Amino acid sequence: MKIAIASGKGGTGKTTVAVNFALSIENVQLFDCDVEEPNCHLFLGFNLEKVEDINILTPVVDKTKCDFCGKCSEFCQFNAIAVLPEDVLVFPALCHGCGGCAMVCPKDAIVYENRSIGIIEKSKGGNIEFYRGVLNIGEAMSSPVIKALKKHVDESKTAIFDAPPGTACPVISSVQGADYCILVTESTPFGFHDLLLALDVLRKLEIPFGIIINRCDIGDDRVEKYCDTERIPVLMKIPHDRKIARLYSEGIPFVNRIPEWKVKFVQLLDKIQAQI
Amino acid sequence: MKELTVISGKGGTGKTTIAAALVSLAENAVIADCDVDAADMHLILQPEIIETIDVSGLKVASIDETLCIKCGICKDACRFDAITNDIRIDIYGCEGCGVCAYACPEGAISMIERKAGDAYNSETRFGPMAHARLGIAEEASGLLVAVVRDNARKLAEKYDRDLIIIDGPPGTGCSVIASIAGVDMVLVVTEPSVSGIHDLERILDVADHFNIPAVVCINKYDINEKNSLIIEEYCKDRGIEVVGKLPYDDTPTKAMIQEMTVIEYSDGEFSNKVKDLWENVREKLT
Repeated sequence: MKIAIASGKGGTGKTTVAVNFALSIENVQLFDCDVEEPNCHLFLGFNLEKVEDINILTPVVDKTKCDFCGKCSEFCQFNAIAVLPEDVLVFPALCHGCGGCAMVCPKDAIVYENRSIGIIEKSKGGNIEFYRGVLNIGEAMSSPVIKALKKHVDESKTAIFDAPPGTACPVISSVQGADYCILVTESTPFGFHDLLLALDVLRKLEIPFGIIINRCDIGDDRVEKYCDTERIPVLMKIPHDRKIARLYSEGIPFVNRIPEWKVKFVQLLDKIQAQI
Repeated sequence: MKELTVISGKGGTGKTTIAAALVSLAENAVIADCDVDAADMHLILQPEIIETIDVSGLKVASIDETLCIKCGICKDACRFDAITNDIRIDIYGCEGCGVCAYACPEGAISMIERKAGDAYNSETRFGPMAHARLGIAEEASGLLVAVVRDNARKLAEKYDRDLIIIDGPPGTGCSVIASIAGVDMVLVVTEPSVSGIHDLERILDVADHFNIPAVVCINKYDINEKNSLIIEEYCKDRGIEVVGKLPYDDTPTKAMIQEMTVIEYSDGEFSNKVKDLWENVREKLT
């Protein structure tokens, strides 16, 4: 079973839930899909080894063959190639690697070379199988890294995807294909508003979901009231506890220090299985 | 005209709370909410929308089933795995490149317009605001950010404002790059957790990569003072100024519930520290 953990708003506790959940259940894989700012490893303390480079194909123009006709730049939807009267400029950071420019070139002047935009790493040792993607600094497109990361899913295990914040393409790439999505929220105006946006996405993608309310005793009761009316299961409530906050700030998973929470995360898995 | 973007790398460190407070302190600013896929600034500023602009994103492929012979050439040509085995378009995978339409020998594929979202030009109690709403499960957030920034510049010209305060998204990718490209300075809001420190390093690398001067604000600095010291040392080593340290406080949550900036809500310690932060930022900007 594949379980994604998303939120809409950032900083609500996705990584906290993902890591503590993974540490509490058996036969599990954890994927850090927040490839722009991956944090799970900070809580696991595993040594990481590189599995692969994530490359996208970027055009290289042979200017001895090119007659500067401009068909490539006309075709490119991403403004990644510009043709001047006697030169061609390629902007690799804008290129999505679709291959269109070479396809339309009448002079066969375009070839492709691999350009690394990020890497996939996995844990060496440790009791859970952990993978993470890391997007290179200055790169814009995280989706290819996320998609490559998820190819390491072992269907015989429970796979947990820690998604990035927001509701845009990196989130869609992270939650797509999941059997279930946990939305971690906090009951504040920002938390609630962004939760509604994330719910819209999950409904559109037809992924079943439930809610975890983190720091449930701050803010107000708007999230619970909403879940009640909409019959959305509230899977867990985590109180605002200075001890949990402190452990988080130090990079210590709280189930390792407050073992009764392990039981609650095992029950969380049972609840999800019962729902789907 | 100056542009300042508030970013963080890590989500939930307090970007919007701080950006909204700065807006209420700046006397002559335009506000741009560039966190277009989870925009929250409007919850505090309650803008009155003056103008709504339809923003088209990249196109999406569409197969005419009456012409398609299921030859699979399009599927082989697509680099994004956006065409399924039974030759249908996965609209969430489609990047709108047009390769499949070009490759199709039957002329069965056309590229159709796709709406990215709505952009808004609005009025708030602190001045003009540009913001947007990304369509549900739409992908063109970077493009929408560029539209919001363009609208903000036009508003600044129209109303003779000399500063644009941009509330940026979390992360380091597409919409962050679009939010910081060419601005005069970024204000990075961090928190003293191991995640906060890790993400701060990466986002400062991004600012460096694009040659944008950065200053740092440590929010909730008293949650872990040891980590706050680590951040201060780290910034010092990089030659980056820590322009503010804000205490952990329930003022932001309470102010948010009242739809107020922290400055409007209270004149307590938190708000005073934000005022000091603003003075430092303003000085650095001029």
